[in-house]
Amino acid sequence: MIPIATLIGIAFAGDFSLWPHLLASVLPRAAWNTLILLTGVGVLTGTIGCGTAWLVSAYHFPGRGIFEWALILPLAVPTYIVAFAYLDLLHPVGPVQTWLRWLLGYDSPRQLILPDIRSMAGCILVLSFVLYPYVYVMVRTMFVTQAANLVDVSRTLGASYSGAFWRVALPLARPALSIGIALVLMETLNDIGASEFLGIQTLTVSIYTTWVTRSDLAGAAQIALVLLLFVLTLISIERWGRRRQSFALSALRPRRMEPRALGTWTGLLALCAVSLPVLAGFAMPALYLAFAAFARMDFIGISPALLNEVSNTVLVSLAGTASALFLGLVVSYAARTIPGRLSLSAARLSMIGYAVPGTVLAIGVLFCVTAFDRTLAQLAALVSETHIGLLILGSGSALVIAYTLRFLAIATGGFESGFSRIPDSIDGVARTLGAGSWRTLTRVHIPMLRPALAAAAILIFVDCMKELPATLLLRPLNFETLATHLYGEAARGTYEDGSIAALFIVVVGLLPVIILARSMPRTPKEYDM
Amino acid sequence: MPINRVVPSVILGLGLFIGLGTAVIAAELNLYTTREPGLIKPLIESFEASTGTKINALYLKDGLAERVASEGTGSPADVLMTVDFGRLIDLVEKGLTQKVKSEALESAIPPQLRDADGNWFALSSRARVLYAAKDLDLKSFNYEDLAAPEWKGKVCIRSGQHPYNTALFADYIAHYGVEKTQAWLEGVKANLARKAGGGDRDVARDIMAGICEIGIANSYYVGLMASGKGGPDQEQWAQAIKVILPTFKDGGTQVNVSGASIAKHAPNKAEGIAFLEYLASPEAQKIYAEAGYEYPVRAGVAVDPIIAAFGELKVDDKPLVEIAGFRKEASELAEKVGFDN
Repeated sequence: MIPIATLIGIAFAGDFSLWPHLLASVLPRAAWNTLILLTGVGVLTGTIGCGTAWLVSAYHFPGRGIFEWALILPLAVPTYIVAFAYLDLLHPVGPVQTWLRWLLGYDSPRQLILPDIRSMAGCILVLSFVLYPYVYVMVRTMFVTQAANLVDVSRTLGASYSGAFWRVALPLARPALSIGIALVLMETLNDIGASEFLGIQTLTVSIYTTWVTRSDLAGAAQIALVLLLFVLTLISIERWGRRRQSFALSALRPRRMEPRALGTWTGLLALCAVSLPVLAGFAMPALYLAFAAFARMDFIGISPALLNEVSNTVLVSLAGTASALFLGLVVSYAARTIPGRLSLSAARLSMIGYAVPGTVLAIGVLFCVTAFDRTLAQLAALVSETHIGLLILGSGSALVIAYTLRFLAIATGGFESGFSRIPDSIDGVARTLGAGSWRTLTRVHIPMLRPALAAAAILIFVDCMKELPATLLLRPLNFETLATHLYGEAARGTYEDGSIAALFIVVVGLLPVIILARSMPRTPKEYDM
Repeated sequence: MPINRVVPSVILGLGLFIGLGTAVIAAELNLYTTREPGLIKPLIESFEASTGTKINALYLKDGLAERVASEGTGSPADVLMTVDFGRLIDLVEKGLTQKVKSEALESAIPPQLRDADGNWFALSSRARVLYAAKDLDLKSFNYEDLAAPEWKGKVCIRSGQHPYNTALFADYIAHYGVEKTQAWLEGVKANLARKAGGGDRDVARDIMAGICEIGIANSYYVGLMASGKGGPDQEQWAQAIKVILPTFKDGGTQVNVSGASIAKHAPNKAEGIAFLEYLASPEAQKIYAEAGYEYPVRAGVAVDPIIAAFGELKVDDKPLVEIAGFRKEASELAEKVGFDN
């Protein structure tokens, strides 16, 4: 909360002389672009994420076991790297068009110009294929722990499998779907790298311009607050739409859905459908990176610093994940057990860190942390006359704080959609049997929340690994992570040199994905409490 | 902030501090920079080898001023190094630098490339040049011509909000005033072959692809591409273009600088000044010229042959400080004409 207060402070510290100019020539267009981008990415990620989640949950087809977890892979690649890779691949002088020209017998790039990826449509596609896993993970968790009984009941009542999807499964998955899409939209709002690179002027790009190009931090904070209002309105509309619905399961032990085997052709069709997003969002850019890295081995090789960067990355990401999960659990549990506006608003407010552009949040955290550090240093000087320097900033703890604030929304969202499916009657039963609220939480809720917990943990961990603006601004001296290394190369326009670091992000990001896949419950006995 | 996070970080911090405190016997210096690690590392290594002073670096992107300002008197930063004189002057205006008196720096760096009081020193410079298609019949070029109707649909350039372009537009304002600059920007915008965006190298790549015929980009990228340091693809991009040093009709080529200051609360001021003096030395200036393909600021240090091939650089005569004053107008004008839309 404090960084947001800082943000408001920064915003009102400046004057508002910039606004006539902004309203006249910047904001209308930026807002319109932002809206189109959000709509496109929202619809596309919702469709891809939900569709693939249903396919791997409800049907048996060749390769299903692999795609169950492979569908999460695009998460591991930072959006701006995917944008770079695609521009390289699809550029008129890149491999794809060169090959096309060869096929068609053209000899100059001027004879055949395909639509440029540097466009709104290109930006929507790139972001969607990288971000859909947020929806997939959330919805899939829901389908896996779905009351198969409900789907079965609808089937006995004569619904087809697709009917069961539209009439039962999809409505049940709605909280997860909307949280997944909300996360995607926040990621989209936050994206500077890809949209700026592909030439799309969004509100976030305007904020950034105002701060960096005109050194007007106050003006940037003012635009950020407007953006924030925009986001809070979106969240409120979504909540309001769900106000009368309850999604809790029956207290019967849920059974796993029995996937139905598909015929050869329909099976292949399903296989194509789930492989497309993995190919587009992960395999193509990753293969391209690997190829680029391999082609340039004689230039680079693996630097000894890389291992250090890997351990730095894992360390701060783990710490960030743990603390975001802990806080997220506290917030969402409070929202469940302490009825009232206060705890609910706390849950809403936890979304804020994700909604503020990363650069702006980083500045907010910077001001708070250093203020705290300076006070601490003064105290230390008073008490023992030692000079302790800047403790939190100097130790890297500022990164953990920033990650926690930034990704708390994922934890809260994940737990909320998990809690929404635990009927209140279970709490009642536990209490009647004499369990206190702590015991109810640890012995009843947490085991039931495990899939949601695992899903949130993965998303946060991979996000921490990829996070750039706060990491750059708040890290101590001599401290590099994989993301900052990659950025350093990308800044020189030699992001292929950073491809090794990018591949490491993917590899280190893969481990948790596999763990997640294994922890996705497969049998009913996983739910034995 | 919950207490459970404060305690470990305090312990960790104390441990680190005690560890560092006992380890510091050799001289050290802390460098905050927004320059790319790949370019700065050779300079750091060479300085460390020759002096034995260890350099701790923090590579930032944006927010250098905010970071140093918020660290206050406890800031470990000794040397602040950045690109774009607008940003150098920003640091001075925010009171984050201190005056430095150094014979070595004053004799090495021409007066127009440093602050009179020694608050900042330029260490290398780069020109905003014209990349043109190889087969184009073009011998010279004025920045004013970018808006000429004959180039309609033939111009490529990065975002109008990038500091490299902001500085060029600000220089235009210094020459012609705000109104004429707006008309010029509208003309350039109308001539764009594609959206303003991407990086400077994309200008060369897009010229190779036939998307545009001319574009404005920085001089050193030509060296980075042509030398093969950016890989075989980029070498081809560089082969598709020729470079012309454009000028203002009543002036010279627009030049920007990279430079450094001593931080106001530098704990290791002496080492910081020694590092700046090293960066202005013939040896380091040679690294700037050869590894980064920049123009050295020190007279008598040769530019790289790739860059020398562009011809004689005639630097525009508008003072950097005056141009920096027009940065904000330049950025707002670019927004006003919808340069990036």
